[in-house]
Amino acid sequence: MLTIREYKKAESLEEAWQLNQKKNNRIIGGMIWLKMETINVGTAIDLSGLGLDTIEETDEGFSIGAMVTLRQLEQHPGLAAYTDGAVRESVRHIVGVQLRNLATVGGSIYSRFGFSDVLTMFLALNSSVELYKGGIVPLAEYAQKPYDRDILVRVIVPKENAAYSYQSVRNSQTDIPVLTCAAAKTEKESYRFAIGARPGKAVLFCFEAQPGETTEERARRFADAVKEQIKTESNMRGSAEYRRHLAGVLVKRAVRKLEG
Amino acid sequence: MQITITLNGTRVSAEIAPDTLLIDFVRSQGCYSVKRGCETSNCGLCTVFLDDKPVLSCSVLAARADGHKVTTLEGLQDEAAEFGAFIADQGAEQCGFCNPGFIMNALALFRENEYPTEEEIKEYLAGNLCRCSGYEGQLRGIQAFLAWKKGKETAE
Repeated sequence: MLTIREYKKAESLEEAWQLNQKKNNRIIGGMIWLKMETINVGTAIDLSGLGLDTIEETDEGFSIGAMVTLRQLEQHPGLAAYTDGAVRESVRHIVGVQLRNLATVGGSIYSRFGFSDVLTMFLALNSSVELYKGGIVPLAEYAQKPYDRDILVRVIVPKENAAYSYQSVRNSQTDIPVLTCAAAKTEKESYRFAIGARPGKAVLFCFEAQPGETTEERARRFADAVKEQIKTESNMRGSAEYRRHLAGVLVKRAVRKLEG
Repeated sequence: MQITITLNGTRVSAEIAPDTLLIDFVRSQGCYSVKRGCETSNCGLCTVFLDDKPVLSCSVLAARADGHKVTTLEGLQDEAAEFGAFIADQGAEQCGFCNPGFIMNALALFRENEYPTEEEIKEYLAGNLCRCSGYEGQLRGIQAFLAWKKGKETAE
């Protein structure tokens, strides 16, 4: 059960950061997972008054505030156009609209859950995160870092001349995924594949196309490489072997889609 | 701590504990349509509108709703009765426990998308679990309601 002794709507990031240095205080995002913990929170720090709930698009990219909800991601026309619907696809299976109206980008990325569709998608988008004290850090690096007491302010998505796709396999419609796969193909014929829900947190695989290679040859080569390198484990949703097999299948499908 | 919420159009001020969940707050104000179901943010039984967006009231602190507008089924009775009749006609409410949350989210869907397709209905309502109906009756009820609404608009 979650108990909270005090609630503070932060008036500045500095105030939120200061409060967050105390071990039993917690930043409140969408509160979906925090609510299910057995934890006694000293001060719940609410960032909802800091204007971090907007998505800003420029010629260079997107700046996504930490308090932007997954539903905002799903409905943002600029992100939909830029990713050919991949961002929408990455979040639309997450439970229901009511939950996606609460769950935040900051909460999803900071938590770095293994099953996170959001982390998988943003890794393939070559994103960075801005931390209040830590500055701008590539998401691939942030994903591997241990949890600390810094505050994730926003996620930065640079605009590349690239195509994107997102796939997930679920045992039932709104369940946590068995495996996730976000893919990007850049204009230089390089490919990124983020594979999540292994069930460990998402990891990136990067490959270059070879001249003269057909789509099927490329799909098979990338799939074989991912299957060889990926570390998967078993849990109630699927075995390590099944996940490894799925990883190959999803990579092949992603290449076929990206090659159009 | 003190909060003030506009609940179903009425300003309500109350002294609450910081960890009071919105579901407990609205029920303490007599909004018993809001049900506690799964406790894991999955079932949609506790759906309310927070500033007109459907949210799970079991996963929101009442403190966060301070200064905002909260709407429960009690505040949408005419709209809900009109639509709910079509659900009842299909026998799609069986035990009825999921019905308030389901109706709230269906009304949210109609506000966002006046005439959703079958696929859009299924996707929007995926976060409302019902262990009686198998969802077919609910789907038929929604489609019958939309057909009736369209017919009414055409006639006008």
